[in-house]
Amino acid sequence: MLRKVIALAALGLALSAGQALASGTTNRAPKHVEFGFEGPFGTFDQAQLQRGYKVYREVCSSCHGMTLMSFRNLGQKHGPFYDADRPNPNDNPYVRAIAAEYQINDVDSETGDVIQRPGSSADRFPNPYPNEAAARAGNGGALPPDLSVLIKARHHGPQYVYSILTGYANPPAGLKVSPGQYYNPYVPGDLAAFWTGDSHHVPPGGFIAMPPPLRPDGVTFDDGTRATVEQQAKDVVAFLTWAAEPKMIERKQFGMAAMIYLLILAGLVYASYRRIWRNVAH
Amino acid sequence: MAGHHPTYEPKTGFERWLDLRLPIVRMAYETAVAFPTPKNLNYWWTFGGILATMLVVQLATGIVLAMHYVPHVDHAFNSVERIMRDVNYGWLVRYMHANGASMFFIAVYIHIFRNLYYGSYKAPREILWIIGCLIYLAMMATAFMGYVLPWGQMSFHGAVVITNLLGALPVVGEAITTWLWGGFAVDNPTLNRFFSLHYLLPFVIAGLVALHIWALHVPGNNNPTGVNVKSVEDTVPFHPYYTVKDGFAIVIFFIMFAGFVFYGPNLLGHPDNYIPANPLVTPAHIVPEWYFLPFYAILRAVPDKLGGVLLMFGAIGVLFVLPWLDTSKVRSMRYRPTARWYFLIFFITCLVLGWCGAKLPDDPVIPNLSTFILGDSDLNSYVWLSRIATAYYFAYFVIILPVLGLTETPLPVPESISAPVLSHPAAAPAGAAAAPESRG
Repeated sequence: MLRKVIALAALGLALSAGQALASGTTNRAPKHVEFGFEGPFGTFDQAQLQRGYKVYREVCSSCHGMTLMSFRNLGQKHGPFYDADRPNPNDNPYVRAIAAEYQINDVDSETGDVIQRPGSSADRFPNPYPNEAAARAGNGGALPPDLSVLIKARHHGPQYVYSILTGYANPPAGLKVSPGQYYNPYVPGDLAAFWTGDSHHVPPGGFIAMPPPLRPDGVTFDDGTRATVEQQAKDVVAFLTWAAEPKMIERKQFGMAAMIYLLILAGLVYASYRRIWRNVAH
Repeated sequence: MAGHHPTYEPKTGFERWLDLRLPIVRMAYETAVAFPTPKNLNYWWTFGGILATMLVVQLATGIVLAMHYVPHVDHAFNSVERIMRDVNYGWLVRYMHANGASMFFIAVYIHIFRNLYYGSYKAPREILWIIGCLIYLAMMATAFMGYVLPWGQMSFHGAVVITNLLGALPVVGEAITTWLWGGFAVDNPTLNRFFSLHYLLPFVIAGLVALHIWALHVPGNNNPTGVNVKSVEDTVPFHPYYTVKDGFAIVIFFIMFAGFVFYGPNLLGHPDNYIPANPLVTPAHIVPEWYFLPFYAILRAVPDKLGGVLLMFGAIGVLFVLPWLDTSKVRSMRYRPTARWYFLIFFITCLVLGWCGAKLPDDPVIPNLSTFILGDSDLNSYVWLSRIATAYYFAYFVIILPVLGLTETPLPVPESISAPVLSHPAAAPAGAAAAPESRG
């Protein structure tokens, strides 16, 4: 009995360790929203990634950089513009066209002059600001975080980002909101110092310097999907999840093969074990 | 079958020639094939083999990662992400290495608790146990420095918190900290030396593992009864009996490992470590990796910094003298009806300490309940729960085990390993010695 208790407890420790790290905050728990990329068989929907890229491109990228992303990534396997007929992203016309829309700072190799040239698939996504000081100056002192791995850098990243984007609310009466700040119940924070109402009922959440970025029909989706705020948020979260973990599908597919292999191997080794030990009393 | 033990006989001319000059094949044969092993080892004994396998996994993946990683404060974070994105199967190698560290600690903790329950540290295995404690220490140092290398927010601020602890030591503390940092703050020199040491220490561990196995092969394995091997009837050759049993356990362990690597690769990590290190922004809640949480709780249980540091190191130090603290002549707790319950409480205490280590010290354990302020904090707080658990942790080693060995009446211990084995699973005859497993 004792041994079983210990075994169960050890298993519990292993499984709960990750959860134990989450700490208590005053913000509202993220909304429950399901994404197609979740779960062991989840995959990215290419049409959704394309819509998400459009939201990033037309809305987010005016303030947020994605320094780890290159244009070629858009055309790699499981990416938004992957084309099985052109597996090399450098041959992908969408990738080339998207890259060419940008002007990239460079140095003329003949003269050494600073020039601008059209982007190529090898170029990184250009940053909206030349440096951090410029980014802060343009955003009331706040620094828009880089979005490359943002989804992995937040607890329940996809749900959290979706909740922020769709969770803006009118500040409750009695909450003092400074200019350039916006109330959002899903942002971690402590509003007690800004709250003039009942001290036992401080509103959840905190302030964020980003104005509500998404408007209904703020972008026009090429595939005819209605661009509600929820739809835009869902699509851009899918895109950001892909950007944070571009090898996710490859990982899950590899994992399925590895699991099948290990289960068969376990069966074979267990059968060998039973056979080798069959004449030993133990 | 069980009584027959193979011996090494060189078969070819070359093997006979080599055997007279460097009997390395003979040594390998006697270590991994012929080695007589008690036939009653249960699955708790497979974690030695699992640990050896995990060490190989960590070395192999780590060497590949080092080919691509850049140990510089400006490039470390992005070089890790480059491994994830642009290196062929880099995501696999990196996730195996990061989760492999956690798997290594799961296995080592089970290995240590198995040891504590079955009294494997007792004579004549004290040196074996002490080498094991040294391996555990080296593992902790390696894991800590490895976690710093991605240079995320938790890497950086964890390194600041832990290295600052040494500053609490009187007289030499500040000098040691400066020397460790290679400057006056955690910065590029710190990252460089941590990378160097993170590469070095695993090979130190490998050397210690060789000594650990050597020290194991002199007295041989302990076993669930704790009774010494009396005759060849009690043993089977290591190969194929335990290669296949360990092999099965390793495959099962790898299924769990693969579950984390492929389906929850970031579950055991902290999201803040995907934010590049920024010395000017301190995370709201700095927590170490899960395997350090019990020690973190002990550290924070003491209001005085130096006292906390000493107690934290003492929690590991006390393990080194355990063979001389436990006064009981009976090894296995199967035959120690009282000690068994204290052991269970000890195990739960370690889990509670880990839980406390993940929480803010002043937060209430039971939500929305304030009792009364005791000393510096409400009694219903994690800091007081940590204190109670810390007190039991040390009491178990320095009070309970020494006293219990003298006062407890153990159950009758079987004559030999074969005695209970041969009567099992026949209807239990009178006499406790006959079927001790059923009482476990």
